[in-house]
Amino acid sequence: METDLNSQDRKDLDKFIKFFALKTVQVIVQARLGEKICTRSSSSPTGSDWFNLAIKDIPEVTHEAKKALAGQLPAVGRSMCVEISLKTSEGDSMELEIWCLEMNEKCDKEIKVSYTVYNRLSLLLKSLLAITRVTPAYRLSRKQGHEYVILYRIYFGEVQLSGLGEGFQTVRVGTVGTPVGTITLSCAYRINLAFMSTRQFERTPPIMGIIIDHFVDRPYPSSSPMHPCNYRTAGEDTGVIYPSVEDSQEVCTTSFSTSPPSQCVFTVTKAHFQTPTPVVTDTLRVPMAGLAFSHQLSSSRLSYQPAALGVGSADLAYPVVFAAGLNATHPHQLMVPGKEGGVPLAPNQPVHGTQADQERLATCTPSDRTHCAATPSSSEDTETVSNSSEGRASPHDVLETIFVRKVGAFVNKPINQVTLTSLDIPFAMFAPKNLELEDTDPMGSLHSDGSSGGSSGNTHDDFVMIDFKPAFSKDDILPMDLGTFYREFQNPPQLSSLSIDIGAQSMAEDLDSLPEKLAVHEKNVREFDAFVETLQ
Amino acid sequence: MNCRSEVLEVSVEGRQVEEAMLAVLHTVLLHRSTGKFHYKKEGTYSIGTVGTQDVDCDFIDFTYVRVSSEELDRALRKVVGEFKDALRNSGGDGLGQMSLEFYQKKKSRWPFSDECIPWEVWTVKVHVVALATEQERQICREKVGEKLCEKIINIVEVMNRHEYLPKMPTQSEVDNVFDTGLRDVQPYLY
Repeated sequence: METDLNSQDRKDLDKFIKFFALKTVQVIVQARLGEKICTRSSSSPTGSDWFNLAIKDIPEVTHEAKKALAGQLPAVGRSMCVEISLKTSEGDSMELEIWCLEMNEKCDKEIKVSYTVYNRLSLLLKSLLAITRVTPAYRLSRKQGHEYVILYRIYFGEVQLSGLGEGFQTVRVGTVGTPVGTITLSCAYRINLAFMSTRQFERTPPIMGIIIDHFVDRPYPSSSPMHPCNYRTAGEDTGVIYPSVEDSQEVCTTSFSTSPPSQCVFTVTKAHFQTPTPVVTDTLRVPMAGLAFSHQLSSSRLSYQPAALGVGSADLAYPVVFAAGLNATHPHQLMVPGKEGGVPLAPNQPVHGTQADQERLATCTPSDRTHCAATPSSSEDTETVSNSSEGRASPHDVLETIFVRKVGAFVNKPINQVTLTSLDIPFAMFAPKNLELEDTDPMGSLHSDGSSGGSSGNTHDDFVMIDFKPAFSKDDILPMDLGTFYREFQNPPQLSSLSIDIGAQSMAEDLDSLPEKLAVHEKNVREFDAFVETLQ
Repeated sequence: MNCRSEVLEVSVEGRQVEEAMLAVLHTVLLHRSTGKFHYKKEGTYSIGTVGTQDVDCDFIDFTYVRVSSEELDRALRKVVGEFKDALRNSGGDGLGQMSLEFYQKKKSRWPFSDECIPWEVWTVKVHVVALATEQERQICREKVGEKLCEKIINIVEVMNRHEYLPKMPTQSEVDNVFDTGLRDVQPYLY
């Protein structure tokens, strides 16, 4: 029986050490991802959390760790090391830390494997969680981005500390005695970082994601490729396809026994199951909220590309203001997307369109389209009565419209010959104009081709002001508030210098007078030269 | 049984008191908390899972790890808040200390009340300094951050000495050893 117990203990111990090594790597790499880690406590044991700690498993990291271990366990002279280094955008790299999981020969025969060792390994992992946040590399990793990135490399064998430079320091995370040896977890870290101002690496976070695609050639014969520490895992519920593991995934369901100390019995039950997910040999797609990245396992490369504006369609918050003309019989309305929720005015009818109009509809962003589709039936009282200056029923007429938005930051100006200074107003309400619209603006405004000239005079009569609440203004408390100001100065006359006729006339005159001017200038050449010399 | 006692000293600016205290106390409690025990038949029990989360300090260049338990965090914040107020109101030299004591309850026969026997005490001594310029404050941010890193390393060193810990209790005695009042985690009685 004692032999069976010992062999069972030996099996348990090997398993504990193996999964402890894997969890150690996870904790270290996750601490260098550059973001805060948060996992939830669970009062009910799930059976899948080794050492009763909620430490998520990043599949690639597990894969790399298993590859490095290659079925072995840390033993005397065979340490598992995680190297953390920094690589700048210019390609320079520098080792920052080496985390070592070592085993020495000092055995503790009396210790109970499945109870004390397990709990102490759990404590050691907690210590690792704490220590990974206090070494200098942590603050650097939180600021990684465009200028530099943090990489990790796992290797098995002899510890290589030469890359840390002179005077590196060592911190011991902790030790756990076992019947086969003492496990020691420590970190050697470069200290000349302390003399480097972290401001050197300060940067604003990139708006878009980082595309990482690099290797670092290591001089060591047993080198393994470096990997970036900015892997983002999706949640477990996103249908992630994990690579198959070589051995069965083991779940540790631990139950402990309470009894008088002399008869302490500890039972460990384990469930074995295969990873239920299919094998992925090529590309791993892990969709995330607003981000997507592909993971090419075959080359251990990590590229990280956020979906371009998938995140941003809600976040961009464009209080886009559109302007278009409406014809008399088919009043249209433009929808205003944006998360601030402006009050859209519903069109009376769907866009009466030619194909061009349909295409323009199709250029709406999805939010526009949804918005547009939702509003035709609403707010009859907010419709605008349009008045095409030419009275045509064609949908190509200039459209007039009103937009109401509560707040707004920037106005997207349609690409058209707009003389409306109202479009410069960053906030909602403005009087519609007869516009000559050239083309669909990039934000997908719903307007037909503005082919008509459109008079500019009678616009004020053809719309009903529904609401005007410019941001940052109080409601009519002052005699001359912001809204009144807007209304009064929305339609200034066109500048004379901008009128084509005047411009054309002056152009002709300018051309005629050129020879005379040149002759005068030639006479005064000497004066000009003297002036230039005084400047030098 | 002797009670193990550890003392940590920090010098901080007034607005850093709370965060420095929380960093130290949460680090200690991280090591002194387990998952919830679920007792089964035949005297066996299983243990829940402890989650962790990183907390960035606002006034110190420092990040610490705490147990993911809002109840525990609230309890600590309340106590630290009271300590900070007491420190502020006391005036004087800006010195104060707070102790986190882990104890076991020992049932006594009637009419004696239960005994509380401490087995580990962590004392944090705080020295509050007043700074005049923004530059000094910025330097203090970094310096206190570095000091706290050293404190965390000290705490971890003590924790990993694997000295006395109360034996795992039976179901009837679990409240004598652990604080079972929290929903998600179970720290030792403190």
